[in-house]
Amino acid sequence: MSKESYYVPDDLKKFGNIGEFQPNLAKKFFDYYGEVFTEGALTAREKSLIALGVSHAIQCPYCIDAYTTDTLEKGVTEAGLMEAVHVAAAIRGGASLVHSVQLMNKVKELGM
Amino acid sequence: MKSLKSRGSELVSPERQFQILKEVFIRKNLPSFSEKLIQSGLSALTPAPTKILQMNLGKLCNQTCKHCHVDAGPDRKESMSRETMLHCLSVLAASPISIVDITGGAPEMNPDFRWLVVELRKLDKKVMVRCNLTILLAGDRYKDLPEFFAKNQLEIVSSLPYFEKRRTDSQRGEGVFDRSIEALKRLNAIGYGIPDSGLTLNLVYNPAGAFLPAGQAALEHEFKKSLLKEYGIRFNYLFTITNMPISRYLEYLQESGNLESYLEKLVNFYNPSAVLGVMCKNTLSIGYDGSIYDCDFNQMLEMNVEGGVQNIRDYDADVLEARKIRINEHCYGCTAGAGSSCGGVTT
Repeated sequence: MSKESYYVPDDLKKFGNIGEFQPNLAKKFFDYYGEVFTEGALTAREKSLIALGVSHAIQCPYCIDAYTTDTLEKGVTEAGLMEAVHVAAAIRGGASLVHSVQLMNKVKELGM
Repeated sequence: MKSLKSRGSELVSPERQFQILKEVFIRKNLPSFSEKLIQSGLSALTPAPTKILQMNLGKLCNQTCKHCHVDAGPDRKESMSRETMLHCLSVLAASPISIVDITGGAPEMNPDFRWLVVELRKLDKKVMVRCNLTILLAGDRYKDLPEFFAKNQLEIVSSLPYFEKRRTDSQRGEGVFDRSIEALKRLNAIGYGIPDSGLTLNLVYNPAGAFLPAGQAALEHEFKKSLLKEYGIRFNYLFTITNMPISRYLEYLQESGNLESYLEKLVNFYNPSAVLGVMCKNTLSIGYDGSIYDCDFNQMLEMNVEGGVQNIRDYDADVLEARKIRINEHCYGCTAGAGSSCGGVTT
């Protein structure tokens, strides 16, 4: 990737360094983050797939890099990885479309 | 695909492989394995009493897998002689070593394989065979192997990189997945992998790419669920093994542009608690010519054991147990994450 880009792959490794400017808040975040991803009612594998889907919904290249690797390492198939992305896409698309009810309501309110 | 040796690759040279790893470690300012051991409060690796004798019967194989650390294939002819096998048998007869782990190449292609197994069983040793599965379908000479394995109560350990065709074939060659499934069905049919049959069938997972293995228990669950549902196949345990950055896997890492990131990952995931369970602590690896090594990886890097006993014909347990285990940067592969050995995770 060009040095002119805002996104640099190596910056993912520096994620932990955000504590340099605000250690207390960073620590709270990473403690929380670590706790979220431990096995619980959901397996670590399920949580990683959710993270992969969310990564695509919020279009975070660092998260996509990290959770593609993580889900591969957790033994998820390529088809499984892509289905997680489609779930994210369906929710994103659905979220736009469901607002069309508001549009229709307004049309009907304004119309004769 | 041909072996590195047939292609005249520079990676045939262990010195070149060490140099490549060293260059990355210097460029990325990574600690050597030796430094990492010291940093984590561990000193030189020393062996425990030998429990497992791993015999590598040669480099001849019917497959040419992309990640093979042996650089095995149909074009390799190195093969253990009966004379060397006799030296091993002599050692085993007088030794408390209880397990013999037979590997290759495809060990079944060694002409004395069956003779060796029968002799080992006479010594009442537990015998494991690293069977690549497709050898069972490689012609009339091999088709009765499942029955031979069962008759001699061999424990079978078989690589199956994934429970789907695409990822398996990408690592082991086109068509390997379908033939492996057929072989597994044959093994199941005579009782291997079936609960209470007394015939153990374990599978081995290597990541098909530049990433670390998944948690062993979770992946075993996925393998069992998928293989049973799709093909009606059963097995006992899944061993997850990390790919070593040597030989043909090193070539893959270089060519795919993943070498630096993979080595960084191995170092970053170094786990001191994985060190105590590494295979070199209780295993001796015997090369096709009788040379003794700390492990199969050191064997392929021609790192003979330290000390005065270099060949199985000169075996001396006291001398060997007093040695230091030889290490280099590839050893990070056995200590990353949950650890890696021929029997899966080490933690």
